[in-house]
Amino acid sequence: MRFFDDIEVGWRRELGKHTFTAEEIKRFASRYDPQLFHIDEAEAKKSHFGALCASGWHTAAVCMRTIVDSTKQFTADMTARGEKVAKTGPSPGFTNLKWLKPVYAGDTISFVSEVIEMRPTESRPGWGVVRTRFSGRNQNGAPVYQFDGVVFVERRSA
Amino acid sequence: MSIVHYEDFVVGEVREMGPRTVTREEIVAFAAEFDPQPMHLDENAAKQTILGGLAASGWHTCSIMMRLLCDGLILNSTSQGSPGIDEAKWKRPVRPGDTLTVRHTILEKRESKSRPGVGLVRQECNVLNQRGESVMEMRFTAMFGKRNP
Repeated sequence: MRFFDDIEVGWRRELGKHTFTAEEIKRFASRYDPQLFHIDEAEAKKSHFGALCASGWHTAAVCMRTIVDSTKQFTADMTARGEKVAKTGPSPGFTNLKWLKPVYAGDTISFVSEVIEMRPTESRPGWGVVRTRFSGRNQNGAPVYQFDGVVFVERRSA
Repeated sequence: MSIVHYEDFVVGEVREMGPRTVTREEIVAFAAEFDPQPMHLDENAAKQTILGGLAASGWHTCSIMMRLLCDGLILNSTSQGSPGIDEAKWKRPVRPGDTLTVRHTILEKRESKSRPGVGLVRQECNVLNQRGESVMEMRFTAMFGKRNP
């Protein structure tokens, strides 16, 4: 990742996209969220959603995959250019997670990140806190998902 | 057991859900599909990280919480889903072999203005390990159908 000092509010990255198949929606839901509208097409049709749709936690997990993959690629590109890569710490959590619209079987969701806040940390010298809004839109451009994540990012050594 | 409707929730009420033991295989399988970082995939690589050993993805902990909530409440209710999560805190790593329970508290409830047959219930989940330590805390709202719309 970039060093804290090289990041600014508004920095936006396209993370990747994913098409949710009925098979994977049902597989995730049967393990972690077996509500009928996530595991059975006929029952989903009768529900207020109107068709089979992904567990919100499935959408969240797929978004995480795009974050991990795009960050690995970003870091590999930095290394290939001979740039020094900053370490990142574990995330203490998230806020403002919103499931704005259902993600239906066959939908393709594109995920992006945008840095919304930066501050130094007093508790961990040498690190800064970066707050990022992650969001996903479907193939029609409609927002379906977002959350604000926080991560510790290393500063350039003085 | 009768189906839980919006009217049945009492502010301050606490439910216990679970337990569920989290296996190494499950931690690695979830991470391989959704969060392939070294601290979730491989013991030796995980030792080098700040987590100090293999630990579940935070999103895996969220998903396990959801399953405990499904089995302990949602599947026997008029749940109509959730608009989102206000806040979640990952407080401690979840390790292979940890046994998790959910302490679930009703924080507030109100009727939906836009949907007459539905009420909104604000809830807190505290996910605890076998030592009673909190590994994750979460506050969120979900919609439940009314018995008498």
